[in-house]
Amino acid sequence: MEEGGATKKFLYVNRRAPYGSIYALESLEVVLIGAAFEQDVSLAFIDDGVYQLKKGQSTDGIGMKNFSPTYNALGDYDINKIYVDKDSLEERGLTLDDLMNLTWEDETDNYAEKPSISLVNSEELAALMEQQDVVLSF
Amino acid sequence: MKLGIMVSEGPYQHQASDSAYNFTKAALEKGHEIFRVFFYHDGVNNATRLTVPPQDDRNVVNRWSELAKQYNLDLVVCIAAAQRRGLLDANEAKRNGKDADNIAEGFRISGLGQLIEAGIQAERLVVFGD
Repeated sequence: MEEGGATKKFLYVNRRAPYGSIYALESLEVVLIGAAFEQDVSLAFIDDGVYQLKKGQSTDGIGMKNFSPTYNALGDYDINKIYVDKDSLEERGLTLDDLMNLTWEDETDNYAEKPSISLVNSEELAALMEQQDVVLSF
Repeated sequence: MKLGIMVSEGPYQHQASDSAYNFTKAALEKGHEIFRVFFYHDGVNNATRLTVPPQDDRNVVNRWSELAKQYNLDLVVCIAAAQRRGLLDANEAKRNGKDADNIAEGFRISGLGQLIEAGIQAERLVVFGD
């Protein structure tokens, strides 16, 4: 969509639980629109943001739209660098098995399905942030 | 330096808009270029011309409009965030069958692509939020 120019590294930092406020939903909307610009995109989930990726979400009791299935589409938009803060998970009694199994197809490897989520510690997260051109915090 | 600004919180409720305004104004006065100011989340409420703050307080909305006029600033309100929160320009009001519009002078409504473009074009994108 954008003409020429170098690709920039975008990191979307998701810090909040999915339904207590609108930040998670509107962050996802930016990520999906941004995918059309073919930038180098990473997502980080820290603090209560890790709940956004929890599997088996149901919003029946609160009358809000369950937008969690949309995260499964990220792989189709070539968004496959999803970093989850390990400490944030552990502090909430969660493990990788509690999260949705987000995957992408590697076309350079016979379309093998590969996991998109990586667990990172705070030092790795800091290094990741250091590498970015644009950090959007939600 | 060419800067992009994102404002993620509404006026008066949160200092983010004040900080963004003060930062933007100071940057312009120092001769920096502001590529765009993008209003998202409750930040879209900074663009309603229907606020009536007390006489002895700052007028957050008018302040942005005046800055836009003075420096030919591009103030962009996210359309998706604006529509859910009742922020409409004349075109959107008509298109959605609403009987009023409320966008203040100097602001325009557009898509999220404008935020991504600001990230790409500006040397720094500075986010003011919670």
